[in-house]
Amino acid sequence: MLNLYLFQILNGLGLGMIYFLISVGLTIIFGLLNFVNFAHGAFFMIGCYLCYALLQVTGQFWLALVLGPLIVGALAWGAEKVLIRRIYHLPHTFHILVTVGVALILQETAVIVWGPVGKSIPIPDALQGVVLMGKFAYPKYRLFLILFSAVIGFLLWLLLERTRFGALVRAGSESTEMVSLLGTNIYKLFSLTFALGVGLAGLAGVLSGPIRGAQPFMGPEVLGIAFVVVVIGGMGSFSGALVGGLLIGLVQSLMTTIWPEGASLMIYGAMAAVILLRPYGLFGRA
Amino acid sequence: MSLLDVENIHSYYGKSHVLEGVSLSVDTGELVTLLGRNGAGKTTTLRSIAGVVQPKAGSVKFNDQEMIGREIHRIARAGIALVPEHRGIFALLTVEENLKIAVRDGWWKLTDVYDLFPRLFERRRNGGNALSGGEQQMLAIARALLNNPKLLILDEPTEGLAPVIVDEIVRVLIDIKRTGMSVLLVEQNLAVCEKLADRHYVLEQGRIAYSGSAADFAADRSVRDRYLALSA
Repeated sequence: MLNLYLFQILNGLGLGMIYFLISVGLTIIFGLLNFVNFAHGAFFMIGCYLCYALLQVTGQFWLALVLGPLIVGALAWGAEKVLIRRIYHLPHTFHILVTVGVALILQETAVIVWGPVGKSIPIPDALQGVVLMGKFAYPKYRLFLILFSAVIGFLLWLLLERTRFGALVRAGSESTEMVSLLGTNIYKLFSLTFALGVGLAGLAGVLSGPIRGAQPFMGPEVLGIAFVVVVIGGMGSFSGALVGGLLIGLVQSLMTTIWPEGASLMIYGAMAAVILLRPYGLFGRA
Repeated sequence: MSLLDVENIHSYYGKSHVLEGVSLSVDTGELVTLLGRNGAGKTTTLRSIAGVVQPKAGSVKFNDQEMIGREIHRIARAGIALVPEHRGIFALLTVEENLKIAVRDGWWKLTDVYDLFPRLFERRRNGGNALSGGEQQMLAIARALLNNPKLLILDEPTEGLAPVIVDEIVRVLIDIKRTGMSVLLVEQNLAVCEKLADRHYVLEQGRIAYSGSAADFAADRSVRDRYLALSA
């Protein structure tokens, strides 16, 4: 019994780290650009399919893990240049309208290319099997996922807190005008940040591919959860995305053991509880 | 040709016509003040030069190049640094991060501005939100210097500061001027202006109503009675 809970807690951590990677991109984009990206879930979906396709073509999971996020980031960078940057100055409703359109384009493209039925993705050879810890066995791939996401999270933290780029992103979330007055090209900073944030969703997609496969209609569900995480953690907060992601991952995972029917309900229950106690989220600023 | 030549600019906020043909110039190494009552258009003039407000007519020549129509960051890189009235300190960044994001190649280095403002060195690990008003102003000036501009534009740097701190800011501005920096200064405190300026302009309802050398301005008491009395 205890082992079952340990198993679900580890699953929850893995799921939570995936949610963190998705949400942290969403929250950084919102923090700097004040832009609501409803295409975020669709880019995650493209990440899943890229994992599938790159494995098909190259047979190398590690290549998919590197190339997948880069391709998603490049797509986002292009979309930002062509479309997204033209609507920053408009109200949030327009952001939603346009990015829902982008999400539908991506979703239907996936249907055309890979068909309406989902694809399952094999677990890479090197990460097949289980890790034994005494009597407790846990799948290798899921353990890898937790550790790898943690490393990515740490590198992202270093990027945001210890580099000039990160300082500019944080500064820009306070005043884009002042950043411009100091001679920084804010449009370039926007493009890079958008590509980085969406690329992280792509990475989450590649990583979760071998666990849940790729389906063309998975975007909206993922987007919904990412917004729950961002609201719980606080808009624009890195720590908030981490804590919120882990919280939702653990709640969802433990609930599937305790009360499977209520798993989705409890996610929104957790969000409602946080909003009631802290309207700006756990780490949010007014 | 001066370093900065503002020629008959017209600027608007929405439909309200704030600048109705402002002309002024700043030569290399000169410290020029822009005086006038509240609402005369001083801040708008500075914002028009820095590109935050785009003038609808006229010209802003800097080093003989037209600045109107350029993006804000390109004007900054051309060598114009504006320290806005609200100072624009980033609360989420430490003092040192506030400085480091502004560093561009040139004469002013991080150690130079720490020499100029030892207080900032002591507080370099503090958050931008943990500074007093005077420290914020010092940080804003230091940060602008690290951009290595040719023209430093300051919007009311002593506003709301204690007299001791005002004296310190004045001392620093004198030091900065000695390095050959050109400065355009908007300031309500006439005593400060008279200690620093080579020339003065007075702005009245969006137009330049008076311009003269520091000596002329000091001699002609009627100017301040006519244009500035209420703001003193």
